[in-house]
Amino acid sequence: MTAPKTLYDKIWDAHVTHEQEDGTCLLYIDRHLVHEVTSPQAFEGLRMAGRKVRAPEKTIAVPDHNVPTTLDRVSGVIANEESRIQVDALDKNAKEFGVNYYPVSDIRQGIVHIVGPEQGWTLPGMTVVCGDSHTATHGAFGALAHGIGTSEVEHVLATQTLIQKKSKNMKVEITGKLKPGVTPKDVTLAIIGATGTAGGTGYVIEYCGQVIRDMSMEGRMTVCNMAIEGGARAGLIAPDETTFEYVKGRPHAPKGAQFEAALNWWKTLYTDEGAHFDKVVTLRGEDIEPVVTWGTSPEDVLPISSVVPDPESFKGGKVEAAKRALDYMGLKAGQKLTDIQIDTVFIGSCTNGRIEDLRAAAEILKGKKIKDGMRAMVVPGSGLVRAQAEEEGLADIFKEAGFEWRLAGCSMCLAMNPDQLSEGERCASTSNRNFEGRQGYKGRTHLVSPAMAAAAAVTGHLTDVRELMSETENA
Amino acid sequence: MEKFEKLTGIAAPMPLVNIDTDMIIPKVFLKTIKRSGLGVNLFDEMRYDRQGNEIPDFVLNKPQYRDTQILVAGDNFGCGSSREHAPWAIADFGIKCVISTSFADIFYNNCFKNGILPIVLPQEAVDVLMKDAEKGSNARMTVDLENQTVTTSDGEEFHFEVDAFKKHCLLEGLDDIGLTMAHVKDIDAYEARMAQERPWV
Repeated sequence: MTAPKTLYDKIWDAHVTHEQEDGTCLLYIDRHLVHEVTSPQAFEGLRMAGRKVRAPEKTIAVPDHNVPTTLDRVSGVIANEESRIQVDALDKNAKEFGVNYYPVSDIRQGIVHIVGPEQGWTLPGMTVVCGDSHTATHGAFGALAHGIGTSEVEHVLATQTLIQKKSKNMKVEITGKLKPGVTPKDVTLAIIGATGTAGGTGYVIEYCGQVIRDMSMEGRMTVCNMAIEGGARAGLIAPDETTFEYVKGRPHAPKGAQFEAALNWWKTLYTDEGAHFDKVVTLRGEDIEPVVTWGTSPEDVLPISSVVPDPESFKGGKVEAAKRALDYMGLKAGQKLTDIQIDTVFIGSCTNGRIEDLRAAAEILKGKKIKDGMRAMVVPGSGLVRAQAEEEGLADIFKEAGFEWRLAGCSMCLAMNPDQLSEGERCASTSNRNFEGRQGYKGRTHLVSPAMAAAAAVTGHLTDVRELMSETENA
Repeated sequence: MEKFEKLTGIAAPMPLVNIDTDMIIPKVFLKTIKRSGLGVNLFDEMRYDRQGNEIPDFVLNKPQYRDTQILVAGDNFGCGSSREHAPWAIADFGIKCVISTSFADIFYNNCFKNGILPIVLPQEAVDVLMKDAEKGSNARMTVDLENQTVTTSDGEEFHFEVDAFKKHCLLEGLDDIGLTMAHVKDIDAYEARMAQERPWV
């Protein structure tokens, strides 16, 4: 009998094409997602060496970071010249090397981590890479998915493999049930709050427990998306009926007998009883509150009912970092988080730009208006999410509330396109990073769930979303 | 890729923890389609004011640290994005080695692809090296990859661990794609096997 294996062990073993004596492996890559920012130098490298893309049919390119999200982009011209050059370079490279490609004009275009699953490119048991740290998102399907640098992008393009050493196994279990108003975003932030941004360094995390089982695929993607914010190379969730149901019928998912064959294998993708984890973290679902970040690292997270912490309450280098963070964020120790006034609300990103996220925000906004003077925008994660939200009437709710209803892209999550915060502007954002300057030079970011973002848009300050939920929802 | 063997140079102290990739190279500079020329924008938002003037307090702007080749940094250096622009900017500035108690995974890997040696040492060792770095340009630190040691200007020596294969590649300046191409038959065989076993992929 073979030793019990974790889910990570199983996927890893299924992709080793060559192993050196020291354990360094060539890992086969099933799906390679490509966007415009981290790929031009890689394609250029291929061109200079006279190399081809080894498996263009397994390579999927989509522009997302730089693209404008305003409605005038249908004119096809990107005003920022550098952005245009990058998007044009992707267009040229995708065509020259013959990879799958969703240009800006295609309704299926969107954030690469939303397009991949939506189109059925991402399937259980696969290895998925992209020159983007939020590739961890695809782990929600039980796919081993992680970000790579541009040199590795070139390596995968040329060889369809990656030189890798195996990470350690970490289990994060969320038991029980979530309380009303608590969402997958709160769960993933609470985990980082508990483990720190370096807590997962050197590990692949498997998320499990009843709370994860009860989540939709959208929710699971939100959780895995931020595995990287906890330092982990990747996050994984064992596939189950929820996964298979989501995958079935997607354009690039297997069909008919092939689907059945795939399903048989997918059903073996779980951690065996007694398999070894190098680190285990357990949280009770009931203990998780709606949370918000106060600082400039995703680990700077607290329940919305808390106050801004005193930097002196931390240890080591974190004391200085917290002082710097409070100064940058313009906050004082002891200040109630709900007293923090918000200028801008951003709903979108690969963390929270899916249909369920828009539903959660719209639920709060129904029949309400955003605070006077508030700048609020919704940037759906893909053209198809946008179309679905329009069909479900969500777009109307957002527009009537006073939100801008944008086209798909990464937008203000990292502000590489014109959607940026100005100096000192304070934003409640459903994105994934609150780093200094992330959403614009000297911009101030508070990471929240879509429902919490909607609540802040209505009240004008960080708000416990449960105060805006109806009696029945709160029961 | 340039070989990394032995390096003696100025080390700059950056004790801040969680120095992220947005700090190392802000996204406005990611719009390039080249690898070179990013050194001038390394740590841009910490290094320059809005008008583009140098902020004199920032360590790399101080006269004694202008030729820094080694960075001694706080915990979890390089966290955040996968952008290789971060190590490109570091290398382009002339920094060839970063020392910290820990590094973010993707950044750590990216360093080796660009001839930069990231060194992980325990807190006590990093504290000593940080102090040594604070001495400025009169104090030269030595990093010896072959023997896996860092030596302070006072001669205090610390041994560090590094993956044997990564060390070999860095010492020899080897190109990963070239190395992998030597195993192309294994890749062919794997693909042929998968066409049978998992044809839906």
